[in-house]
Amino acid sequence: MELKQLYREIVNEHNLHPTHRGIMADPTIVLRGVNPSCGDDINLQLKIENGMIADAMFDGSGCAISQASVDMMIDGIIGKSREEAIALAGKFMGMIRGEGSEEDLEALDEAAALQDVAHMPARVKCAVLGWHTMEEALESFHG
Amino acid sequence: MTVEELRKDFPILENHPEVIYFDSAATSQRPRQVTDAVRDFYETANANPLRGLYEWSTEATARYEAARAHVARFIGAASPEQIVFTRNTTESVNLVAYTYGLANLKPGDEIALSVTEHHSNILPWQMVRDRTGARLVWLEPDGEGILTDAEIEEKIGERTKLVAIGQVSNVLGVTHPVARMIERAHAMGARVMVDGAQAAPHMPVNVSELNADFYAFSGHKLLGPMGIGALYVKQEVLENLPPFLTGGEMIEYVTRESATWAELPHRFEAGTVNAAGAAGLDAALTYLERVGFPFIREQEEKLTKRLMGRLASMPYIRVFGSGDPAKHAGIVTFTMEGVHPHDIASVLNEDHICIRAGHHCAQPLMQFLGVGSTARASLYFYNTEEEVDRFADALTGVREVMGYGA
Repeated sequence: MELKQLYREIVNEHNLHPTHRGIMADPTIVLRGVNPSCGDDINLQLKIENGMIADAMFDGSGCAISQASVDMMIDGIIGKSREEAIALAGKFMGMIRGEGSEEDLEALDEAAALQDVAHMPARVKCAVLGWHTMEEALESFHG
Repeated sequence: MTVEELRKDFPILENHPEVIYFDSAATSQRPRQVTDAVRDFYETANANPLRGLYEWSTEATARYEAARAHVARFIGAASPEQIVFTRNTTESVNLVAYTYGLANLKPGDEIALSVTEHHSNILPWQMVRDRTGARLVWLEPDGEGILTDAEIEEKIGERTKLVAIGQVSNVLGVTHPVARMIERAHAMGARVMVDGAQAAPHMPVNVSELNADFYAFSGHKLLGPMGIGALYVKQEVLENLPPFLTGGEMIEYVTRESATWAELPHRFEAGTVNAAGAAGLDAALTYLERVGFPFIREQEEKLTKRLMGRLASMPYIRVFGSGDPAKHAGIVTFTMEGVHPHDIASVLNEDHICIRAGHHCAQPLMQFLGVGSTARASLYFYNTEEEVDRFADALTGVREVMGYGA
């Protein structure tokens, strides 16, 4: 998808009107993710119940791609188990490396719209910030 | 001489009329004369300079030394031996820090530097601080971004041993009162390292009149090749400066246990030198002198005025630094309300417009300005008014693409 179209049709909606932006009252895990070179800075908050991601929210600031990517990610991980969410992050990273299969893209749902970021090396870090943060948060969590 | 005529010398601009290159503060484009000089070196005089006993090597040496003499004339140094070739300004500052800095700074000494500095004129001094016990003292600019006399008087004092200052800020484009700072520093017994990377492409420099102790600039920002830069060192300082890198080409006599150093300035140019790059730099300086700084300045001011005028009509744009286009050295740094600078640059790229976005290797300045990152359009004399208009139109388009209506 052409970049301007990507912004207009998908990124803007999640960047300007995010569903999951905010501060959670009682998160199980909070992890900050930062891209020092561009100033993308998010706080990812996850609520884990019985090994499942019951809810997730984020706050912070950054470019539209980083913010939209987290919002789309949260759409995709709520209701998933810790393992499923980590596996989904693996699929997203694979897609950004240009290695995603059709099934991976399908599993990623709307987040698959960011697949063309694979051709924009300067924006890769923006797209994966939320996913990296989520992976790190879940891998360090032994609840 | 017109801009249209000059642009014909720049193949990359001629071959890509659809591209608007507004990132000359990062690296300039090169005219054919420069790439021809590099190619000519390799095709007609290629040999290892400074040591050969045959004609090609003698010719390679002659071109390398001619370039050094040209650099000396270009910045008003008294003698070519005061010019050390380096890779770039970063290497030049490191050379000064590792040699002069480590040999002369002690606990309690102060290194005065401006928050407007590029990281390359900050990190080497943090290293010197860590290894010597000296202290960093920060000068902060006024609302325009320029260091005031009061700030200079207050921060450069009796404990100051070294002042590190970028003559022109790579973010704000403002020119600091370097001559005034050098005068103050010398009165306090301190030496001054001037980073001229953003100044030398835009204005005449005379290191002797400035009375600078160290002055560095990069070839690639003033039409020269990448990988060649120059460091001027005042004679009395140069003579007592310990070597930086050691090895081939910088020695006089070596035994199993010791060595004596080559004459100045070869002592500071260890290993095979970038003679082809120096030949390219020589051609770049010739080209700049032919265009002339009056023309360069006039063109930059005309373009900057037009650009700032267009930006002023966009209420969602904030421009940093002076309100006076003459105080920008072609650099216009800005933010757009609600849109991250990286998104601005990515969307502009779709319209074949090249700008820089981020912290511009000047994070302390970003912190001082209270912004995470900014977008920067940097112009040079080969840019046109039509490009400025297309850029401004594209910027209004960025707002729309990012969801803020037309």
